[in-house]
Amino acid sequence: MRKIALLMALLLCFTLAPMLQNDFVLMAADKVVTLDMYFPVAVGGGPDKLISALCEQFHTENPGIKVNPVYSGSYADTRTKVQAAIKGRNTPAIALMFSIDLFSLLSMNAILDYDSLCATPEDKAWLSGFYEGFMKNAQTGGKTYGIPWQRSTIVLYYNKDAFRQIGLDPNKPPATWAELETYAQKLTKVENGSTVRYGIEIPSDKAGYAYWMLQTFCTQQNGFNLMNQDGTEVYFNDPRTIKGISFWKNLSDKGYQPRGTTAWATTPTDFLEQRAAMIYHTTGNLTNIRKNAKFDFGVAMLPAEASRGSPTGGGNFYLFKGVPKEQTQAAFTFVKWMTDNPDRVAQWSIDTGYVATRPAAYETQRMKDYAAKFPQALVARDQLKYGHAEFSVYDQGIVQKILDDAIELIMTGQKDPTTALNAAQAQADGILKQYRK
Amino acid sequence: MWSGNRYEVRAGCPILSWIDRMNHTTKKKWKISFLAWGLILPSFVFLVLFTLYPIAKSFYLSFFKDNLSVSIPAFIGFQNYLDLLQDSVFKQAFMNNLLVAICTIPISIALAVGMAIFANKVKFGKGLTRVAFFHPTILPMVAVADIWLFIYTPMYGLIGKFSPDLRLLGSADTAIWALIVMLIWKQAGYVMIFYISGLQGISRELYEAARLDGAGPVQSFMHITWPLLKPTTIYVTVITLTNAYKIVDHLYIMTKGGPGNATNMLLFYIYQVGFDFWDVGKAAAMTVVLIVMLLVVTAIQFFVQDKRTFYS
Repeated sequence: MRKIALLMALLLCFTLAPMLQNDFVLMAADKVVTLDMYFPVAVGGGPDKLISALCEQFHTENPGIKVNPVYSGSYADTRTKVQAAIKGRNTPAIALMFSIDLFSLLSMNAILDYDSLCATPEDKAWLSGFYEGFMKNAQTGGKTYGIPWQRSTIVLYYNKDAFRQIGLDPNKPPATWAELETYAQKLTKVENGSTVRYGIEIPSDKAGYAYWMLQTFCTQQNGFNLMNQDGTEVYFNDPRTIKGISFWKNLSDKGYQPRGTTAWATTPTDFLEQRAAMIYHTTGNLTNIRKNAKFDFGVAMLPAEASRGSPTGGGNFYLFKGVPKEQTQAAFTFVKWMTDNPDRVAQWSIDTGYVATRPAAYETQRMKDYAAKFPQALVARDQLKYGHAEFSVYDQGIVQKILDDAIELIMTGQKDPTTALNAAQAQADGILKQYRK
Repeated sequence: MWSGNRYEVRAGCPILSWIDRMNHTTKKKWKISFLAWGLILPSFVFLVLFTLYPIAKSFYLSFFKDNLSVSIPAFIGFQNYLDLLQDSVFKQAFMNNLLVAICTIPISIALAVGMAIFANKVKFGKGLTRVAFFHPTILPMVAVADIWLFIYTPMYGLIGKFSPDLRLLGSADTAIWALIVMLIWKQAGYVMIFYISGLQGISRELYEAARLDGAGPVQSFMHITWPLLKPTTIYVTVITLTNAYKIVDHLYIMTKGGPGNATNMLLFYIYQVGFDFWDVGKAAAMTVVLIVMLLVVTAIQFFVQDKRTFYS
């Protein structure tokens, strides 16, 4: 009898102990509002350290609020984590997520609109001080749901030394598709039957935002985009889309670009190792490339077809429903603190290469000094006037995968563009029709 | 009920009076059972929480439509299962998994038997040989995936040094074979350990008797070693089979199921559908399909093979 009693007592202790521990921790920390912020990193150069430093500085200036930055992998991983937290009824107050997650989060009824939080005229002025090009992936139905933070456009990085080597003018990067193809052909170096340097590399694997790269070729045809503004229709098998991907595939077929799929993560490395003379990549990698390139390189707007064009990219701050009011207010204070000060926004852009999200940041002294030394930093901002919304629809995860799969099938030669994109369009329509009114 | 002396209290409370009315042997039996259950209770709780309850819940969830477009899950019966029959990605993941299973199981086993016999026969450096064969097993899966990702990377990787343009993971026809090679490499050592202990259970005298009768090495293997290793082989087949269906980490690091779903496998697809796309109903349906399939195969394995095995 005593043995059994002892056993039951032990079991009880094991089950109760963890529950009691939580209560003690909560009681100690109730003076400071603590927020966990999930954030992704999609570029080299260690932006995570910068974010930690910013959060520390924020806490020093606002001792009543503490934001814990929690690195959560890629944009896709972060979306998974946040959605899992919401489904597990453990919603975070704030998260830095892909701008294109907007519709998925809306359909979960998870996010707050900033207009309802803006109380004072200063707040409203702050809200309208961002670049219009970045707000396209943050607003719908007349309301603002995301505040741009780490935003980008795609730029062409090119190896000026390689240009000089083969007699091209290093200050005249290719400005049209035709020039891109000619330059790529000249820059491709083949030795003993294998390619030592590719003329151009454009990432095309799933993890490489293949759909984003495809958007460049679409928007360069007079601003045609792959989806509508409401996120309910896609245009995968439009002749312009097919034209875009055929041009892209053609570069591989001719040998100027690696065959099959090219990985996002190794493309900047290939550029730095001079195995690729030109690359399409996010401006968020600019500082990383600037620090590590042992050769003279340039940054240019993407070559045009009928027009210049690039999708924007990157992450916004989102605030979530279903959290205590004081946490929402604290999170709102944090977001304003991060983005209101033009110097802070400018410094973030200088440290990473992301585009500063407010025009005021480019008027600051530090940004003017930096741009004088390093004019490449302004290219992505200048391209903003040709900027278009990044691919964003309802059920983003599935529809994006359908498109990414189709692109992979085309680039690896398993299917021709028309067949693959027709199939993708049919599948996407099947999923999106329930969201159309 | 709680007032009065000890005997009155015990009589008043139903459980205590029931205990009192039992005879001595029954009481003892109950005590032993209760103690036994109490001792296995922690493990049993874990088993229920992490295995039995999730299986039951998945079964239940698979009958509902629960994705981002519905705010309250709706009961739809077997519709999720019928939709799976139309899903080309599911069918491809299923076929890929089958291919991986069919290739990795016999080759891993054959290699492991060979390695075990070799490791047993070796005179010098027996320990070193075993470590060399076994070390892939102790490496974490993510580390293995990263190492092989590097080996397969075109231009910089190990293979890339010899043929820079060979894109093994980037082409649909070669990606899955590249994966299979890596899986066999990782698995063979683990299987070898079971065979080493199995070999040590076979009596030396049998081999001596066979030699006296004039049997060559191949004949000893076919008629003595292999039949007596049958119990190990059954066990190892089940292990390698479940390993083939547990592949997730490698896909996440190396290919993410690509290119174009050429390396997508069931468990990875379930994760994608469940946690990337949040189509919980469909993911649950796929989970049930996976569980049922593995159960059936394992059951066949145990009941059919078991009859033909000689347990010494």
